[in-house]
Amino acid sequence: MGTTIEAQGLIKLYGKTRALDGLDLVAHSGQVTAVLGPNGAGKTTFVRAVATLLAPDGGTLRVAGYDVRQDPRSVRRLIGLAGQFAAVEPAMTGRENLEMVARLFGQGRRAAKRSAAAVLEQLGLVQDGDRLARTYSGGMRRRLDLGASLVGSPRLLLLDEPTTGLDPRSRNELWEAIRGLVEGGTDVLLTTQYLDEADHLATQIVIIDHGHTVASGTPTELKRRIGGNVVELHVRHEEQLSVVAQLLDRLDQSDAQIDAPTRRVSVRVEGGSDQLMTALRSVDASQVEIEDIALRQPNLDEVFLALTGQPTAGEDQDAAEAA
Amino acid sequence: MTSTASTLGPAAVARTGAHAGLVSSTLTVARRALLRYLRTPQLIVLATIQMSLFFLIYRYMFGGAIHIAQISYVDFLVPGFIATGVLFSGIGTAAAMAEDLQQGFIDRLRSLPIPRSSVLAARALADTAIFAWSTVFTAAIAYAVGFRLHGSALDGLAALGLVILFGFAFEWAFIAMGLFAGNAQAAQGLGMIVFPFAFVSSAYVPVSSMPGWLQVFAAHQPLTYMVNAVRALTLGPHAEALLGHPASYFVVRALVWTAAILAVFLPLAVAKYRRG
Repeated sequence: MGTTIEAQGLIKLYGKTRALDGLDLVAHSGQVTAVLGPNGAGKTTFVRAVATLLAPDGGTLRVAGYDVRQDPRSVRRLIGLAGQFAAVEPAMTGRENLEMVARLFGQGRRAAKRSAAAVLEQLGLVQDGDRLARTYSGGMRRRLDLGASLVGSPRLLLLDEPTTGLDPRSRNELWEAIRGLVEGGTDVLLTTQYLDEADHLATQIVIIDHGHTVASGTPTELKRRIGGNVVELHVRHEEQLSVVAQLLDRLDQSDAQIDAPTRRVSVRVEGGSDQLMTALRSVDASQVEIEDIALRQPNLDEVFLALTGQPTAGEDQDAAEAA
Repeated sequence: MTSTASTLGPAAVARTGAHAGLVSSTLTVARRALLRYLRTPQLIVLATIQMSLFFLIYRYMFGGAIHIAQISYVDFLVPGFIATGVLFSGIGTAAAMAEDLQQGFIDRLRSLPIPRSSVLAARALADTAIFAWSTVFTAAIAYAVGFRLHGSALDGLAALGLVILFGFAFEWAFIAMGLFAGNAQAAQGLGMIVFPFAFVSSAYVPVSSMPGWLQVFAAHQPLTYMVNAVRALTLGPHAEALLGHPASYFVVRALVWTAAILAVFLPLAVAKYRRG
């Protein structure tokens, strides 16, 4: 298994801010690597460094063996970039947009037409290919943007928060498209602040925060790494959330987490069914009415909380506003 | 390269390290800027109407109050209006450049295996072409309301060529402005800097009619030399009496300014673009 991206002790400074602060990351070929982290964690800075859009201030960064500082042109021949903003020309048709990028990859007129047609087909945009991109919906524009990053047949596709600001249906469509690409043999590096996105798409997840790597591994490894299980209780009345939280606090060393909107309380436990039984008994004794109680594997939200000591809540909203 | 592309297909091309050269990538990116202009009717219609309105206001409203010895005001005005036109169309260049930067279009281009200089060269080329078109259009309107060439047709063509050359040089100043501004609104705001250059010049009224302290600036700033160069070429035999020097005097000075503007702003824009 070859290496597509190799970052060692990567540093990028903006004034006094250390956007990247000794980031280490290895992405292997033949898989999707997700860089996961809250806003300001350094995700976009990292992608921009890989895309040769900025020069790191320290450390080394190699893409397919080429150093991004010494040989940026070789790197540019291998990558395709799709950003948070749909960087397509609204006054050109989908097809024209793709042909333009293909031409810039050095393809001849006929080859460019062929690759544009192939990408339209691949992304399900054939019917709309000859309409101006300004008439596209947000999701279609994002797919076209993805297409523009594909038309040069990149070895490595860089997707910076590809689904930020999309409605659930467009998001699913884009996920489908990305999965299709990976099956076709393209390596993908994507950044996201959506944990379920990383869980759905990635073979390997690298969690970063404050410009350095907090943890990395497969989704399953990461879940296993923080150990144990989660006991989760769904209560009937919101007022009883704090009572239940107090009960669950006593189960293990971890603090119980309250999610008020869904009326759920959860706590990480080292064991499993024993602690579930204990929880059930103490809740029964306290006469709190519950809808549901369950023992499950931790989700990535909980992984993030356990690894960085801070929740991811609130970040999604910022991103939606930025988009 | 083309034959490789058609026999091996896109994948092979990307992986064997082919890439678009300076000329072909510049033309490809410039084509996009032109298409955007042509396919955005608001841009053309608004710009054309605004320009024609201002022209007609000068010609018929202010023109009645301004008297120039020996020549009609329309013959005085048109060279000034056309030569300063670049300043106003340049604001559009700065805004478009800033918008491309803001919306990630530049990021896409910078991540492609093309010479970096082609992106800015494309913008300068496309916007100079648009400016040339609007200059010819203005000249046609001017002709319809009484403007005439008093020199030879060749002088007229030389004047047009000069205006387009100024346009090209100034585009670089506006490209730099757009890159420094970072977003379209800021670029439009910075664009206000063109007003003193356009108005405190010999474009619309004789410099001698201004207060002394303004005359110092008006007489020596680049736009005045450019306006007078165009005027000298279109007024024919009347020119030297009005302007005090032969056409060559102004043309040479205007060309020196053009070179100076290019020498300052082209490297500045490229440096800013490279730094990202």
